[in-house]
Formats: sequence, C-alpha cells, structure tokens
Amino acid sequence: MTAVATSPSRATARRSTDNGGALAKAGPMTYVVAYLLVGLCLAPIAYIIIGGFRTNAQITESPSGLPAPWVVSNYVDVLTSSIFWQQVGNSLVAGIATTLGVVVLGVMVSYVIARYRFRGSNAMYSLFAAGLMFPMTVAITPLYILVRDLGLANSLGGIILPQIAFALPTTVIILVPFLRAIPKELEEAAAIDGAGRLGFFFRMVVPLSVPGVVTVGILAFVASWNSYMLPLFILNHESMYTLPLGVQAFASQYSVDTARVLAFTSLSMIPALIFFSLFERRIVGGLTGAVKG
Amino acid sequence: MTTRDTMTRRRAVTPSSTPAGAEGGTTPPSARGTARRAGGGRGADWRKRLEIALLAGPAIAIFLAFVILPVVLAAYYGFFKWKGYGKPTNFVGFENYLTILQDPTFHEALSNNAFIVVMSLVLQGPAAVGLALLLNRRFRGRSLVRVLIFVPYVVSEVIVGTGWSLMLSTAGAVNDFLTRIGLPVWAVDWLSDPKIAIWSLMLIITWKYIGFAVILFLAGLQGIPEELGEAAAIDGAGYWATQRRITLPLLGPTVRIWAFLSIIGSLQLFDLVYIIWGQYVAATAGTSTMATYMVLNGRNAGNYGFGNAVAVLLFLISLVIALTYQRFVLRRDTEGAITEGKAR
Repeated sequence: MTAVATSPSRATARRSTDNGGALAKAGPMTYVVAYLLVGLCLAPIAYIIIGGFRTNAQITESPSGLPAPWVVSNYVDVLTSSIFWQQVGNSLVAGIATTLGVVVLGVMVSYVIARYRFRGSNAMYSLFAAGLMFPMTVAITPLYILVRDLGLANSLGGIILPQIAFALPTTVIILVPFLRAIPKELEEAAAIDGAGRLGFFFRMVVPLSVPGVVTVGILAFVASWNSYMLPLFILNHESMYTLPLGVQAFASQYSVDTARVLAFTSLSMIPALIFFSLFERRIVGGLTGAVKG
Repeated sequence: MTTRDTMTRRRAVTPSSTPAGAEGGTTPPSARGTARRAGGGRGADWRKRLEIALLAGPAIAIFLAFVILPVVLAAYYGFFKWKGYGKPTNFVGFENYLTILQDPTFHEALSNNAFIVVMSLVLQGPAAVGLALLLNRRFRGRSLVRVLIFVPYVVSEVIVGTGWSLMLSTAGAVNDFLTRIGLPVWAVDWLSDPKIAIWSLMLIITWKYIGFAVILFLAGLQGIPEELGEAAAIDGAGYWATQRRITLPLLGPTVRIWAFLSIIGSLQLFDLVYIIWGQYVAATAGTSTMATYMVLNGRNAGNYGFGNAVAVLLFLISLVIALTYQRFVLRRDTEGAITEGKAR
C-alpha cells in the first residue's frame, strides 16, 4: 500500500513544482483518507445494486453478504414489468418538459433583466432572487389546492408547471450575469447589420448562451427526476407516478420481496447516474456558480 | 444576500437608468443620448415595452402563480378551519396558530429541526473543510474521487431512504456486518429506538449532503490565489500554519454561504424522514420535523386550514433565521459586494 502510494505522490510532487509548487504534495495519508471516503460514499449504493442480484433467502440468511450465486431474475422481472417503464416514461416527460420550460422562459426573462434598460428591471431581478426564500415545502399545501382547482391534479402538467416556477430563481441568478457578459460591441455590430433587439436575441444571444443554458437545464432535469414532495401531493394514481413515487410504492407493495425492491431501486437510479457522469463538470460548476453568483 | 445585493445594484444602476425611464415623457436633454440609441421617438419606446412584456411576461406570470401566490394563499387559508373543498367560510382567527404553538408534538418537531440544523453544521462543516483541504492536494485519481464523493448527493432522496432503511433495519446489513466483525453490542434498533433514531437520521443526512459541502469548498479553494501560499512558504510558514492563517480565512465566505444553505435545508427537511419513517412512525421514533408535522396534520388529516397555518409558521421561522443570519453573519461578505458595486 505505502509503496504503491509513495511513487505516484513523488511523481505528482514533481509535477506540482513545475506548476509553481503551491499545492502541497500528497502523502500516503491522502490516499488512505480519500479512498476510505469514496468507499463510505459508495458502499450503500453498492449494497443496493449488489443486493438486487441475490435471492430473498440469501438476504435473510446473511444480510451483509455477497450474492452466492448471482441471480438476475429480480432485474429481469423489473425490466419486463410494464409499470416500471411507464414510470420511467412519466419521469422522462416531466423532466424534459420542465427542462424545456425552464430554459425557454429563463433565457427570455434573463435577457430582459440583463440587457434592457427600464424602470423596474432591478425589481424584476429581486423578485426572482427573493424566490430562493420560498422553498417548495412552504408552498406545497396551498400549491396542491391551486393545482387541483386548475384541474391539473393527477396529471404530469400539475407537476411540470410548479417545477418550472420553482426552478426559475436559480436559472435567472445563473443566466443574468452570463448574458450581461456578452460584449456590447456584438450588439452594436448586429444593430449596424440591421438586426433589432429581438433579431440580436435569436441570432446572437441564444447561440452564445448555450453553456449557461446547459447548466441550468441539467440542474432542472436532475431536480425534476429526483423530485418527491410535489409528485407525492399531486399524483395519486400508480400509472401517473414518476420513478421516486414508484420506488416507494413498489417498496411498500413488495416489502417482503427485498431483493426485488433493491433491483427496482437500483434500476431507477441508473438514468440519474448516467446523466450525472456525462455532465458532472457542468453540474458541479453550475452548483458552485449558483452559490457564488 | 438578496436584499443588500440588489440595494447596491440599484444604487449603482439608478443614475443611468432614470433617464431611460423618463424617455416616455418630456425628454430631458441629458437623456437624449439614451433615447437616440434606443432608436428615438415614441414608436421605439412602445416596441421596447412590448418586447419586455413578451419576453419577461410568461416567466413572471408562472413564477407569481406557482411560487408567490401559494404563499399568500397559505397566509389566508391559515385563518380558517377548512377541509379543502369549496370556499373556506369557517373563519377562526388565530385559533390554528394557537393550537400549533401549544401542541407538544409541534414543540418536539421544532426541537428536532433545531437539533438537525446544529448537528448538520457541526458534523458536516469541519469534516468537509478537512476533506476539501485534503482533496485539494495533487494525487493520482483526484478528479475521479471528486466525482465519486458527489454521487450520494445526486441520487434521489427516495433511493437513499429506501436503501438506508433496509440496511439499518434490525435484521439488516449493518447489524449483520457489526456482528460479523465482532461488535454485536453495537447492533441496535437504528431506526425505531427513539434515543438512536435521530442520530441515524444525522448519519444519513451527513452521508448524503457532505459531498455537496466538499465540492463547494473545493471550488472556494480554487479561488484562492496560489501566490499567497507561495509567499507564506517563503516567509517560512509550514503547511498547517498556511492553512490556518491564509486558506481558512479566505475560505470563510464559501463556508458561510454553505452554512446558510444547510440551515435552510435542515429547517425544511421532509423527504428523508417521510420516506424512512413514514407518517406515523416519525413521531414515536423522535425524528419528526416541522414539515412532516405539516403534512401529517394538514393534508393527510384533511385539515387544510391547519396545514396552511403550519406552512406559514415554517416560512416565518425560516425567514427570521435567514434574515438574522444575513444581517449578522453574511454582512461581512456582502460588504465586499457593496464596494464591488460602487466600483462598477
């Protein structure tokens, strides 16, 4: 362990001196703590995934053991059940619609706040910034009544609209500085070429804001994919459930069939994990940007 | 952050934005420049207003309807005894609020929330700072480690709750593992023993959210110029002295923002408790929060007036704590923003 650990640390130490040497070199302790930490973070996830490959008898007999033998029947059962795919579909529809709504409305309003001069533009920004103080938990009870009175209870529309609304504050806070940073010269050049403010918006702002838009889009999608409280209030039929509700319903329905619950649970986290690994930099960057902005 | 920040922004922008606003009326000589640039004349002004309305209107409408309106409605419904159907007619004044404030179960939920707020800061803060300092060193696999510790944060609360409640059940994997490694005494009722359950909740919260703190702090550390560390090294400061005297103070703003987010999140905690303990067990296991109290006694009991009153209290408590925190803790950081605003 130490031998393995010291040689790369020496190599990195050399590299860090090339870069100015301000960052401390990592000793073996760094490796021990870092990998221990990763182990602790991943062990429960691994428990869920691996548990799905066991039988209930195996789980009862030795709850913390490994599969012996590995069985795939739990996963096959879940993957061939129509309810799982229906709930995946619901989650996808809700997630994609929320993301599109947040991106389109967010870019439009952020553009106005960032680049139009008018009385009330600061008030508009403060309005959205104040939205951060109104978390979903506080609004959920009256929100349910509102959605029900609009006739949207038990429909995906009833979770999409509130999700868009609650994602707007972060979106505006991330996008406004981004759109302000587009150089004034570009706008002037576009004006000389005869483009109006709207023409400039569609031809220049939309393409240039793609990186910021991707960040807010991902944040909105992941939030929608994992959202629990809102669907819990709005959706009351299993065929309309999104995956988080589906996992919970499945877990209580098959509470004696632990192995199948674990398989269902691990399959439902795969999309979020794939999505996260594809866009990890942007998610992390977006979160830190949101906090700093 | 919000109020002060916008105040400074307004101060910074007002001189230039006032003339633009006066365009519609008699154009003062000083504003003619702005008017000409906007295209001149009334037509352009109307066109601009139309554009603003078209671009900003939909977002503002949906935001007001689904974020602001519900909170206003909650304040209204909270004064009624109401089953949620038809118009609320049975006005009861502050009765709901008095009932809540005299209810021992609410007191317990409130004190649980206070405990979660404090313990989240105490358990996650120092550990996350230490881990961020450690992961800020160069070592092989660093970027992979950074990704992997963030995984619990990305996985949904339902999955975390389902997985952990299976693992922590009395005949679950954790107790089995403890027995196997020769610590059967440690095998306890993690979720049902009222003395232990809240600590199990803290364990799960720490596991799920510490990655977020570490990632934030790492981003904060990257904003600290390397030259400062070099200068300190030249002056003979060791690693620890550098961290304590230079890195930690400069990381202050990031830590204070994280603490703010953590406090607000802890006050609103609902998902994990509701998923793991369900609506009835949470109270007996001693893990109920204001939010689970709200859902249990509001929607689930069909008392919407009462539930809305709890929502209002939850909002007011969070707001007071948030404003106090901003006033006394974040002030130092926003002062920096004020000077920055002036410079702009």
